Amino acid sequence: MKIKVKVNGAWREDEVEPRLLLVHYLRDVAGLTGTHIGCETSICGACTVLVNGEAVKSCTLFAVQADGAEILTIEGLAPDGQLHPLQQGFWEEHGLQCGFCTPGMILASYQLLKRNPHPSPEEIRQGLEGNLCRCTGYQHIVKAVEWAAARMSS
Amino acid sequence: MATPLLGQRVKRKEDPRLIQGRGHYVDDIQLPGMLHMAFTRSLHAHARIGSIRVAAAKAAPGVVAVYTGQDIQGQLGWVPCAAGIEGLKVPRHSCLAIDKVCYVGEPVAAVVAASGYAARDAADLIEVDYEPLPAVVNPEKALAKESPVIHEELGDNVAFVAKLAGGDCASLEADKTLKVIKARFINQRLAPVSMETRGVVANYSPGEDLLTVWSSTQVPHILKTQLAIMNSLDEARCRVIAPEVGGGFGSKLNVYGEEGMACLASRRLGRPVKWIEGRRENLQATIHGRDQINELEVYVRPDGKVVGLKCSIIADLGAYHQLLTPAIPTLTALMILGCYNIPNVFVQTTGVFTNKMATDAYRGAGRPEATYIIERVMDLVAHELNMDPVDVRMKNFPSPDDFPLALPTGVTYDTANYQRSLKKVLKAAGYSRLRKEQERLRKKGKYLGIGLSTYVEICAMGPSSRMPAGGWEFGEVRIDPTGKVTVLSGTSPHGQGEETSFAQIVADGLGIPYDDVTVYHGDTFQVPMGIGTFGSRTTAVGGTAIYQAMGRLKKKMARIAAHQLGVKPGELVFRDRRIETEDGQKSIGFAEVVAEAIFAKQLPPGIDPGLHEHSVFEPSNYTFPFGAHVAVVEVDGETGEIRLRNYYAVDDCGRVLNPMLVDGQIHGGVAQAVGQALWEELVYDENGQLITGSLMDYAVPKAHQFCWFETQNTETRTPVNPLGVKGVGEAGTIGATPAVVNAVVDALKPFGVRHIDMPLKPEKIWRILKQGVRN
Repeated sequence: MKIKVKVNGAWREDEVEPRLLLVHYLRDVAGLTGTHIGCETSICGACTVLVNGEAVKSCTLFAVQADGAEILTIEGLAPDGQLHPLQQGFWEEHGLQCGFCTPGMILASYQLLKRNPHPSPEEIRQGLEGNLCRCTGYQHIVKAVEWAAARMSS
Repeated sequence: MATPLLGQRVKRKEDPRLIQGRGHYVDDIQLPGMLHMAFTRSLHAHARIGSIRVAAAKAAPGVVAVYTGQDIQGQLGWVPCAAGIEGLKVPRHSCLAIDKVCYVGEPVAAVVAASGYAARDAADLIEVDYEPLPAVVNPEKALAKESPVIHEELGDNVAFVAKLAGGDCASLEADKTLKVIKARFINQRLAPVSMETRGVVANYSPGEDLLTVWSSTQVPHILKTQLAIMNSLDEARCRVIAPEVGGGFGSKLNVYGEEGMACLASRRLGRPVKWIEGRRENLQATIHGRDQINELEVYVRPDGKVVGLKCSIIADLGAYHQLLTPAIPTLTALMILGCYNIPNVFVQTTGVFTNKMATDAYRGAGRPEATYIIERVMDLVAHELNMDPVDVRMKNFPSPDDFPLALPTGVTYDTANYQRSLKKVLKAAGYSRLRKEQERLRKKGKYLGIGLSTYVEICAMGPSSRMPAGGWEFGEVRIDPTGKVTVLSGTSPHGQGEETSFAQIVADGLGIPYDDVTVYHGDTFQVPMGIGTFGSRTTAVGGTAIYQAMGRLKKKMARIAAHQLGVKPGELVFRDRRIETEDGQKSIGFAEVVAEAIFAKQLPPGIDPGLHEHSVFEPSNYTFPFGAHVAVVEVDGETGEIRLRNYYAVDDCGRVLNPMLVDGQIHGGVAQAVGQALWEELVYDENGQLITGSLMDYAVPKAHQFCWFETQNTETRTPVNPLGVKGVGEAGTIGATPAVVNAVVDALKPFGVRHIDMPLKPEKIWRILKQGVRN
């Protein structure tokens, strides 16, 4: 099937198998390997991307379901090379170790801050309950999101 | 003068690529003509393999090859085990099962196809005729005479029995003044669950006779040697690269059959072959951790002084040995005395085969079990003697002046001050206030628990005499003509952040900017030798190798500079991009000395051109980091749910090079330890089916399940290495589990609770609240 999607600001058209998962489309067809696969059951959130502004787990969406949609992946978050405040926050606050969950964590946080620009630590923890990190114990991730929230609202 | 970087909170060099999704993990590697591999895995815990029908798979679209155990017999070496234990039984462990399967998830056949989807489809078309055999999943049942024997050729299910004795436990039995406390603890089976599963790309180039392997591994050099042996290649014909690795926690300190199979397929097909593990496969067939049953007898004086400890460890090893499987429980025996100088000890460790995946090193690897045992014991002593757990611990600590301290287990602790870390954490937690609050709440029918853990771990692995593949580490520092510095390490960090801390060491030592230093690791063609990253060894052993190599380089540079300046090399210091006398009167630019060393126009006699030094550091002992943790929990009287309300940690990992990294290691380790205490458990049913086979069933903790961790440090440097660092990668996992369990048991004291086995799930607690206990 032919699909047309806008990925990180650029439209592209591709012929895909109907069963191709969005995450495999992004990684293998579009070559955007910053989106990772961690569980295949929608639990871990490593594959989180934004589809029409909503954070979705791209391992449980078919590429054809995204036909016509605008998709933002981690590669599109800093288009002009200037780090997004969330990326900067994760760096400043040591919000990552192995980095595998990080792209999904950052995009889930992106949606969180859009919905709630001044979250409390508890709200950040609740807001990220769909994203697993095995390295950090989450504390520095909470601080990273707080760091970004402070910069984005000022 | 520039501020020293060591000890500072320096941001990570690793992060810019990772926060932009520009790191390259194994699955991100694409090679021209690359094929994809998928496995058909056993559905049975124990069965004989009859015929395997592969015709449909071979005929499926895109399929290039199908392999079964018969096809690879004699063509690919066994999956290796490096553990050296006297009398150890080692079953043959084929990369694909040959005539029998021994656990659910064991690879039976492999399919290679043009795409991942095609390979998976075809793997599902393979039909295997199984003749099911009775399975044994409980290690105590596996020891019974009537048990099915998993490896008939080995006679029974006992892989080894190891005894460790110090002092004289037998003499204690006659001493009627001693109180004897008995206990039985179960340390449940866990899954490491690195967020990146395993993965491998093998690319055999027939023209060059060169096998290049990208693997998500913690030990590229060990893997290179083992894959070369398995594939009958000279090591010079085998290159292993650990690219970005998405966590390991011990699970990637291994050599797996799937890695062997990818190499075999690539060698036969002459094309690159990729295998990426699914999460379900990861839970079934990546090593598991823990899984011990501990039976204890503790001999205590009426004043709370523990004088003897006897322990039987039954270690469930699973069906086969992976790289270090049988060695892990022996570390439990080695560290069973914790931070207490108990004069008499006897530990018998029995390694048992069961129809489950192999256990092996999971963060802490045998030491969390030891800490759990001894820290639960200390609380039981307090319980039985009606003492405060703080007093029992203080009573049994050695004095800071006793170090180095030789223990009856045969290890010698380097340095410690257990009293100091315990006092510090009690102050941070407001211990006496908490006890008063607990009293108040109890009167209102609310249950607050306060749990302590004072731990010591064995780290910086380790002296080569005690390590199967050697315990040294390699480091290299070279200065390029432009004055920029390249550092190579034989370690293989995968999230811990040593690209940063190694650069701090070198930038400080050479007096140059942090940005001028680039650290590489993980490629066996780039780094000539190495052991890897595990056992909290990377900075203590690997960092020291780099520090020593840098020292040699500085010596050489000082000689060149001294020749130019007309002073003695010993008078020179490296600072602010200059090499100069302490008073700054005689001074030469770092870049000038580099140019002189490399362009070699006026070198002093006897000095070779170039700035390129390496060192192999062999530690004289392990290091023994320690700390004290306090967990505060609330029990929900209605649901039995445990809420972790506060967590206080004081850790002593020796000298702190980067407090931000140390905090990160502690947080992550504590989170995993709390996961074990409260939620995580791999469950097999009695037929050996894995019940917790996805992340919907295996409870990896989420952000909202944790409270804020309040962390502090004390610094007791070690003399074992010149940096004074001890290691911190496993501290949280080793220290925190008993703190949480002690807190929950403490909360439930009014119900007569003496012990509860982990994980402390709400249903277990609810039953106690509603029905009381029977112990």
